[in-house]
Amino acid sequence: MATKSLKARNNDIANTSRQMEILSNGIFANGELPTFAAKIKETNQFPLRPKKLEILQINLGYMCNQVCEHCHVDAGPDRKEIMTIDTMKQCLEVIKNTGAHTLDLTGGAPEMNPNFRWFVEEASKAGIKDFIVRSNLTIIRANKKYYDLPEFFKKHNVHVVSSMPHWTRGKTDKQRGSGVFDKSIKALQELNAVGYGMPDSDLKLDLVYNPSGAFLPGDQMALENDFKKALKADFNIDFHSLFAITNLPISRFLDYLIASENYEDYMYNLVEAYNPAAVENVMCTNTLSISWDGWLYDCDFNQMLNLKVNSKVKHISEYNEELLQNRNIIINQHCYGCTAGSGSSCQGVVA
Amino acid sequence: MSKSYYDAADLRKFGKITEWNEELGNKFFDYYGKVFEEGALTAREKSLIALAVAHTEQCPYCIDAYTKDGLQRGITKPEMMEAIHVGAAIKSGATLVHGVQMMNKVNKLEM
Repeated sequence: MATKSLKARNNDIANTSRQMEILSNGIFANGELPTFAAKIKETNQFPLRPKKLEILQINLGYMCNQVCEHCHVDAGPDRKEIMTIDTMKQCLEVIKNTGAHTLDLTGGAPEMNPNFRWFVEEASKAGIKDFIVRSNLTIIRANKKYYDLPEFFKKHNVHVVSSMPHWTRGKTDKQRGSGVFDKSIKALQELNAVGYGMPDSDLKLDLVYNPSGAFLPGDQMALENDFKKALKADFNIDFHSLFAITNLPISRFLDYLIASENYEDYMYNLVEAYNPAAVENVMCTNTLSISWDGWLYDCDFNQMLNLKVNSKVKHISEYNEELLQNRNIIINQHCYGCTAGSGSSCQGVVA
Repeated sequence: MSKSYYDAADLRKFGKITEWNEELGNKFFDYYGKVFEEGALTAREKSLIALAVAHTEQCPYCIDAYTKDGLQRGITKPEMMEAIHVGAAIKSGATLVHGVQMMNKVNKLEM
């Protein structure tokens, strides 16, 4: 298991233009598979346009205490890209005036940003309806200074969304690193202890499942039932919903697909599972993604491919929701990841 | 054309069998799809049965397909291996139970 990001390893795939090249060439250039643009043209869904803005997703930085095999951010302890307090202040201005009802903080491990708590406190004052923090769970057990995070989340009524690739130790540790399973279990128990995830609790705790390999997620409801049964029986853990998210063929997961000679098969799977109904509600139609340095993107994946929004307004400093809403969403073959089967988004299935 | 009898990439072309006989091909795929829907058995149980049969039939395409299907459904490695042992047990049992026929024959032929 790697302990450094692709970037720190000077891996070719860390270069976003190299990733775009891979996604545009080969089976998509020779006509073996249709490009995503061609596919959505079949159902008159091109160009893809935003609907009502519902979610602002802010990436507080790429630093993380883990180096997961499938990470689309290429996050890790060696990543130094961290949102500054000045950019946070610009974000807060936007949060106060946005029409979006959900604020979604992600990373890396967003908690590792030194101004994370200040930002949460300020943002929660804006009274946004659903305030999400995407936590990798192990951060809560990584260092004493994070031990009180469950209480901190509770105080600000933060909706915690956590990654949990499987209910068995082997699969979890293989994807996320040795010891991750035990730490995650402990963190979930601590969240439960303060009231998170309990059947009638308003303190929302949802889990995210990503397949640990070159296959697509199965039925979200069936997986949720399996997770609930196993986590309850084995560890007395409760949670609310499970979001099954498809791994997109970018960054570390793309590197894995190519190294394991699964890339072509995986792209075939995604294209075969294409569902036009999922295109209707794909995440980029109701979300804006903001990077650690304030640039605006259609989604977190486009952020990692350095595909800034196709609008006159490209940075948080010049934010204008009306102008931004009048844009075409940038697409490429990685978008097949969000339209396979029942679809995939940070909020789980969409169709 | 491939120089070996089996090519993993051929599985992707399975749907093309309808091109040479659309009616029968479509009937087969409709039937196939219906069989694997949730019914008296769950789709998960059917996936494990398919995996076991894939092995007794020794169909490499089916093994690829239902191994991946199992992973997608969150089926664990021990569950998959147990299913294959069920298939193997029936296969070896089917061989051994013919031993009775051999014994019958011996008993009939010997004085």
